[in-house]
Amino acid sequence: MMNLSRSVALISLFLLPLLSFSFSVDNPTDRRVLVLLDDLSLKSSHSIFFNNLKSRGFDLDFKLADDSKLALQRYGQYLFDGLIIFAPSTERLGGSLDSKSIADFVDSGRDLILSADTSASDLIRGIATECGVDFDEDSSAMVIDHTSFSVSDVDGDHTLIAADDLVKSDVILGKAKIEAPVLFRGVAHSLNPTNNLVFKVLSASPSAYSANPSSKLSSPPQLTGSAISLVSVMQARNNARVVISGSLQLFSDRLIRSGVQKAGSQNQYEKSGNEQFVTELSKWVFHERGHLKAGSLVHHRVGETDEPAIYRIKDDLEFSVEIYEWSGKSWEPYVANDVQVQFYMMSPYVLKTLSADKKGLFHTSFKVPDVYGVFQFKVEYEKLGYTTLSLSKQIPVRPYRHNEYERFIPTAYPYYGACFTTMAGFFVFSFVYLYHK
Amino acid sequence: MGGKSEPAKSESMATTTTSPDLINSSFFSFKSLKLKTKQQELLLRISILGLVYILAFIARLFSVLRYESMIHEFDPYFNYRTTLFLTEKGFYEFWNWFDSESWYPLGRIIGGTLYPGLMVTAALIYWALRFLRFFVHIREVCVLTAPFFASNTTLVAYFFGKEIWDTGAGLVAAVLIAICPGYISRSVAGSYDNEAVAIFALLLTFYLFVKAVNTGSLAWALASAFGYFYMVSAWGGYVFIINLVPLYVLVLLITGRYSMRLYIAYNCMYILGMLLAMQIRFVGFQHVQSGEHMGAMGVFLLMQVFYFLDWVKYQLNDTKLFQTFLRITVTSAIMVGGIALGLGTASGYISPWTGRFYSLLDPTYAKDHIPIIASVSEHQPTAWSSFMFDYHILLFLFPAGLYFCFKRLSDATIFIVMYGLTSLYFAGVMVRLILVATPAVCLISAIAVSATVKNLTSLLRTKQKVSQTGSTKGAGSSKASSKVTLDQSQPFQKNGAIALLVGVFYLLSRYAIHCTWVTSEAYSSPSIVLAARGAHGNRILFDDYREAYYWLRQNTPTDAKIMSWWDYGYQITAMGNRTVIVDNNTWNNTHIATVGRAMSSNEDEAYEIMRSLDVNYVLVVFGGVTGYSSDDINKFLWMVRIGGGVYPVIKEPEYLVNGEFRVDKGASPKMLNCLMYKLCYYRFGELTTEYGKPPGYDRARGVEIGNKDIKLEHLEEAYTTSNWIVRIYRVKPPTNRL
Repeated sequence: MMNLSRSVALISLFLLPLLSFSFSVDNPTDRRVLVLLDDLSLKSSHSIFFNNLKSRGFDLDFKLADDSKLALQRYGQYLFDGLIIFAPSTERLGGSLDSKSIADFVDSGRDLILSADTSASDLIRGIATECGVDFDEDSSAMVIDHTSFSVSDVDGDHTLIAADDLVKSDVILGKAKIEAPVLFRGVAHSLNPTNNLVFKVLSASPSAYSANPSSKLSSPPQLTGSAISLVSVMQARNNARVVISGSLQLFSDRLIRSGVQKAGSQNQYEKSGNEQFVTELSKWVFHERGHLKAGSLVHHRVGETDEPAIYRIKDDLEFSVEIYEWSGKSWEPYVANDVQVQFYMMSPYVLKTLSADKKGLFHTSFKVPDVYGVFQFKVEYEKLGYTTLSLSKQIPVRPYRHNEYERFIPTAYPYYGACFTTMAGFFVFSFVYLYHK
Repeated sequence: MGGKSEPAKSESMATTTTSPDLINSSFFSFKSLKLKTKQQELLLRISILGLVYILAFIARLFSVLRYESMIHEFDPYFNYRTTLFLTEKGFYEFWNWFDSESWYPLGRIIGGTLYPGLMVTAALIYWALRFLRFFVHIREVCVLTAPFFASNTTLVAYFFGKEIWDTGAGLVAAVLIAICPGYISRSVAGSYDNEAVAIFALLLTFYLFVKAVNTGSLAWALASAFGYFYMVSAWGGYVFIINLVPLYVLVLLITGRYSMRLYIAYNCMYILGMLLAMQIRFVGFQHVQSGEHMGAMGVFLLMQVFYFLDWVKYQLNDTKLFQTFLRITVTSAIMVGGIALGLGTASGYISPWTGRFYSLLDPTYAKDHIPIIASVSEHQPTAWSSFMFDYHILLFLFPAGLYFCFKRLSDATIFIVMYGLTSLYFAGVMVRLILVATPAVCLISAIAVSATVKNLTSLLRTKQKVSQTGSTKGAGSSKASSKVTLDQSQPFQKNGAIALLVGVFYLLSRYAIHCTWVTSEAYSSPSIVLAARGAHGNRILFDDYREAYYWLRQNTPTDAKIMSWWDYGYQITAMGNRTVIVDNNTWNNTHIATVGRAMSSNEDEAYEIMRSLDVNYVLVVFGGVTGYSSDDINKFLWMVRIGGGVYPVIKEPEYLVNGEFRVDKGASPKMLNCLMYKLCYYRFGELTTEYGKPPGYDRARGVEIGNKDIKLEHLEEAYTTSNWIVRIYRVKPPTNRL
């Protein structure tokens, strides 16, 4: 219990915004989700996705996006843990909501699924920009791909993409491989190059481009090839997760149920990969997977148990930290062989990989370098899909005390000898000089 | 009686013999109520000294009366903090103290990088008082340490003056030094700096050494070695002693004044002083390894050669043979010494002269090579006016004193002349070294005053005798100098003497008035509390510094790191109790340059630097509202220079417009967007500081600022003191989604 409360206290330092009455640090999975729709018919046209969420225990609250009673918080406390915006054409949100309050919602550590579509409104674009994603400026443009379209695309303009370039991460998309391509029809977006928190989950193939399918291309398209992202996710510094999709249809029952055959490929699938994709992605975005928590950084000298206030250079020390992973229901020990600790003062003087004991305890021991100063134990764990662990603890390192140096060193014996013989010689000389006449 | 004082130099025989005479005679006449002349003189002397002792102390209490019992300026706060640590944790903890609150993240080994003399002295006084059941606060002890040691210095000055001239000169020297502004500037109550005890130690060492040279006594030489040890433990200025004393010895050797007394005094003082000085961790092996100390060693070896030659001469009894031998020995000795020095320097065993030492010898050196030294105001070359301000009449009494010294040349007067001339040169190089020259100037001026007054009064007395006895030649006891002029024109001479005496006393009284005025007006400001005159002549106090530091202490996390220009480092750690990046112990130029770079970069670049240094708060000092001119904007060019010295991306001309430093609309774009400008003038454009001026009028520089619309992205204003002198900004964490 003590240990738990201590780790809670520590985690609260970096997950402080998460600490509200609704979902606790101990149970990071979202529970109450607000779904904003621009048309209530979406509720039925996307029922597989919504029912899937409901069956996993989420409490969905469907609202029209321009509902004048919309509110994310009441009395300064958020009413929801997650937000799904399936309202690509809404120009103004109802109530007091605007793109800034959505950004604040994310900044408070809560999660967001945002789906745009062709002719997405400025509001949706604005929210996406806040999250590091820029939709194609041409509002009528769609992703077109003449090589990896779905053969079931009846329109013949190759806008129904069969995408299979998924991010290789078991954490985000689950352990089971998504075999069938994911069907996508919608608008392209690109990632803000200065933002290193956002990354692609579903990318377009190199032959894709973004243009208006109904008009002739007069100038080269601005977005082409792999620069196009179809679905992207962003994990903020406070571990709030955001999914941004360029296609609302991606989540729809129609594409989930539809069979898929990628152009130029012999593999024909009964069902597209959409259901598995959106299910696994929603598990990730609502913190059912890939959520880590760490206990406090524990360090002490070898052979001692208490944490010292200061180390001396060349001390041997032991370092450990507990890391647990949220399985969706309970905290399991985290197992990995790539967690590292730095002993850091402007640059890492010691960089050690921690060894896990399969019970969540990561441990190592090392010698304090022969440099004094104010050091930090730093655990910076950033692994794709997992929550970022960024822990540090300051500890000064002092030089030797005056009485900690070696007293008699063998190389100095000639000097000791010289010193004492001089003293003896002086004494004898004085004696002889004074009394021998 | 006569036998005892025989070793004393013949010139001062007449005066030095008086004191044992007094003591002897006072026993015999104890019963009679009427005191003899010499007893009267003794009584008078002791009471004068007692009064001077008290005067020296109370003259330095202006600052306590005007403000409060507080520590002044910058460095004293560090000394106070370390003293506090010493009294709380004991000597060994102090000796091994590793301070993690300064120079983050490097830390500083306090015990090994300070001169502990001052702290130990104050702690000893504190413990002594507590032992005597006076439960005072350590701060009071620290505040009053400087005046106490100034009082002690007057006593040393008396004895020194007595040693080189006579008791009269000693008394005058004591009075002069007691109130000399040059000394008071560094020893008012609250100026708890190394110099407070160091000047006492310096003068004591010199006095004891001169005494040792005069007497040839091993005991005095030993005492001077201990005086030197105390000096080394107290102040880095000990280098002056270890160079002046050998220089003096060398001059004596060259002028043929070599004697056994000198041999004993110097050898004992040098060897023991060196061994003792090595016990100070900060000094360590410098006495045998650094270029600054090599002169002393060379002179020491030269002394041995002289002694050896003396002995050979005594043994040889053949002048011609000895001449040859002398030539060979001196040549080979100099050659061996030169080769040893060359080898030592080449192999790196002997370190070359440091920049600070160079900058003392060559006033332009620091300006070109070490901006961090040149940036300190007290390291600037001295203006003539400050000589006038600090010395007043001593400035022209000094040459007169030199004249008297040369007229009565002895080992002791040669010393004081050399001390006076060398220290006066250094005083010209650096403002703060006026302090070192002050005792010499006071002593030499005292000789001038004393000798003049003595001559004049003896002239007057002779007149009276002449008139009483009717003899025309009664000037036997008067000085030779007065004898020459003592012929026919007697009435004129008497009047002239009276007039001159009146003139001297007028000058001395002017001096006293000047000293009091300077002390009360100029040198008693703690600089941490600023005083100004209001529109109605009333006194206004700006206590913004302490307000800001206490805010830091109360409102920031205990491990918060504060970035400011190095001037305020000591104060922040001592009063705010928070970690600083750089402070007044300017040991790491790169670290200071990094802060200088952050201050002179734009906000984005500065943010990167601040993140890498884990900075939580930035503190700037701004005088635009109050008209306080020594603020960070006026120091800014030094930040640019020091930053540019290490990081060439910072270029000084980019902050200037046609070589001119401006903050108004004509300022350079780089200047208008650098972090320091933004932090100083943030929201200043909304403020009207002076009636009839546009908003954003900077009173310290007298211009309307050029960038009134300042937006901060990575920092936010955390606190601004009531008069805007100190502004504190919080460094924001990185944005959540970018």
